[in-house]
Amino acid sequence: MPDWLLTLLITVVKAVAVILALLTTFAYMTLVERKLLGRFQIRVGPNRVGPMGLLQPAADAIKSIFKEDLQVTMADKLVYTLAPIIAIGMALTAFGGIPAGPAGSLFGENPWVYNLDAGVLALLALTSMGVYGIFLGGWASGSKYPMLGGLRSSAQMISYELGMGLSILGLLMLVGSTRFTDIVLWQGANGWMILFQSLGFALFMISSFAETNRTPFDLVEAEQELVAGYLTEYSAIKWALFQMAEYVNMITASALMATLFFGGWRGPGFLNGIIPGIADLPIVWLVVKIGFFLFVFIWVRATLPRLRYDQLMRFGWKLLLPLALFNTVLVAGYVAFFSAWGWWPLALLSLLGLIALLALSDTVRQLWTPPRRESELPRVPSRSAGGD
Amino acid sequence: MLLVALSIGILAVLVSAILGPKKSSRTKLMAYESGNDPEGGGVGTGQRFPVHFYLVAMLFIIFDIETAFFFPLAVAYQKLIPFAFFEAITFVLLLLVGYYYVLKKRVLEWT
Repeated sequence: MPDWLLTLLITVVKAVAVILALLTTFAYMTLVERKLLGRFQIRVGPNRVGPMGLLQPAADAIKSIFKEDLQVTMADKLVYTLAPIIAIGMALTAFGGIPAGPAGSLFGENPWVYNLDAGVLALLALTSMGVYGIFLGGWASGSKYPMLGGLRSSAQMISYELGMGLSILGLLMLVGSTRFTDIVLWQGANGWMILFQSLGFALFMISSFAETNRTPFDLVEAEQELVAGYLTEYSAIKWALFQMAEYVNMITASALMATLFFGGWRGPGFLNGIIPGIADLPIVWLVVKIGFFLFVFIWVRATLPRLRYDQLMRFGWKLLLPLALFNTVLVAGYVAFFSAWGWWPLALLSLLGLIALLALSDTVRQLWTPPRRESELPRVPSRSAGGD
Repeated sequence: MLLVALSIGILAVLVSAILGPKKSSRTKLMAYESGNDPEGGGVGTGQRFPVHFYLVAMLFIIFDIETAFFFPLAVAYQKLIPFAFFEAITFVLLLLVGYYYVLKKRVLEWT
């Protein structure tokens, strides 16, 4: 067998394995989310289908396959079908670049499907291609609520994509490479990036919540406001594909946070002092970290109310963007003039920035809920004498 | 990876199209509007929406190009200091002038 064919075969096998793993995780993610939301609200989640509700995802999947696939008369047929495929395709592809261990640690193969030099950029580009899926879906539905939901979602996602791109610039300056494996190696040598970039991490996390359309930023599918946003006219498996894309994006975002800021597949090094070798179980640690961030996603959903749309846009443009720029300039200045002191003062600076952000959050909040001036208050219509 | 992922999506849609029931009626295929006959909307009817979305998209293009300029700078930063620092600061300041103008124009206020 020629060499290139073998490589291709291995890549395809790995891709299929990653995709199947992601789909299973997605299915059980929905179950875990419902269970956890139940626990948060002092009730039990699904527990009827199978032991502890473990077959619930399978039941949901079978149901959505056997449902009738409706298509509204006014819909654009090609785009309507294409949109969910784009969404799921991009969401699944984005995950393949995350390294799950050092080179050659997966039965002699590399534990990633592809490892590009511009890894971070490619991942950002792929996640933002997901906007196309959602917007095209909304547009092609041939109805106005999906259209409005799609517009809102695209505006929101592109706004927070800026914050996402800018908030990792400081990290890239420290590492000097956009390759995921290099970033993980740097963290192995210098300590986890969260220590040096806590402000950047906070911004990145907030933007990834908005990018994946999760609460408190899930205006796209605000059930109480816009029916179901871009999903209104979708049924059966296409609806399930959109849901799948959203959850897979969540998993990717968690993996991204773990890889960029929390040492990727490396466990905390001091644990090796207690039980030797425990910090060097590559895939296990990555899964643990992803699980933790997924839990945070669900936790936040059960805790925070949704933002209004204008608040969302103001928050993104007036707070997130300037702060991300500020973080970049801070790191740039430090690296340029004080790098002889090592990176620890930078950690302190970043932490101070984060604490200042938290302490001032009440003052800062007026940015996105500005106090109304007297002239801007809604006028009470004065009744004319003749009545109406 | 991309091909495998896309084929998964296509496969799912095909399987559902084969297995699902197909009993459509005119009422079933009507767009959702709380039970009323749908008014307006639909592809190709020239539906209007607020100009704010255009503005946000334009701002995004501008600032995303800025980000695109920043990425190579960030990667090569440690080889170019301190010169690169002043370059970056100049660039950011120029952009901030534009940002300030946008703020004062109240483009980012959704009313």
